[in-house]
Amino acid sequence: MSDFLGIHGTALALREQRLQLLSANLANADTPGFKAQDLDFTSALQSALQPNAAAGDAIDAASQGARYQRPSSQPSVDGNTVDGEREHALFAQAALEYRASMTFVESKVRGMLTAITGQ
Amino acid sequence: MSNLPIFDVAGSAMNAQSVRLSTIASNLANADSVAGTPDAVYRAKQPVFRAEGVPGDPSLAGVNVAEVRESTDAPLKRYEPGHPLADAQGYVYAPAVDPVAQMVDLISASRSYQANVEVFNSAKELALSTLQMGR
Repeated sequence: MSDFLGIHGTALALREQRLQLLSANLANADTPGFKAQDLDFTSALQSALQPNAAAGDAIDAASQGARYQRPSSQPSVDGNTVDGEREHALFAQAALEYRASMTFVESKVRGMLTAITGQ
Repeated sequence: MSNLPIFDVAGSAMNAQSVRLSTIASNLANADSVAGTPDAVYRAKQPVFRAEGVPGDPSLAGVNVAEVRESTDAPLKRYEPGHPLADAQGYVYAPAVDPVAQMVDLISASRSYQANVEVFNSAKELALSTLQMGR
């Protein structure tokens, strides 16, 4: 089944992981000492698509491995590195990318449905 | 979306921000609550936030209110001999609450709350359209 969806199934799962990290950043915008985290999507996708990776764990392992702390554009006294506006923009962009991945998966599913029903 | 931890994260943040809003409301409401002795006076409250892993995914940080701390600022001493609570020297004691600082904090808290509501709504929309995939 994952072969059928190609790159898009993995991409969708990783995009969800990135959304989770960005939502945690926004949630902790006022927590002293919190360091903003992000996911390097390109390297996460590359390591998740390694041929020797196991199905379910590959996505988790890849997303853990590709996490990095993003420095803030402005230093703050309490050590928090979350940049509210930038985080907002990144979240909106990530949500759009999630939708894009979902559209690809959906068109694959539709194509398969057409093949099955023959209509 | 497995287990939907975004809802846990955004929910914990909304909870924390609403605690913050409540303490600000309490501080502003009691800004003029005077007392006859320095010990009995109202003390401004402030929540202390801490990042904490959410139940669905411990590596993902939600927000937890670690404690609500009371201010240690000395109460303001005011000379009002006509006041029914005034002490023998004619002084009453007012809490050291700065209404301007509280209002600024209020705006910051409500903006943060709104940001998390937006995250929650986006996540809900994405999850719903994922559920409806292929229909």
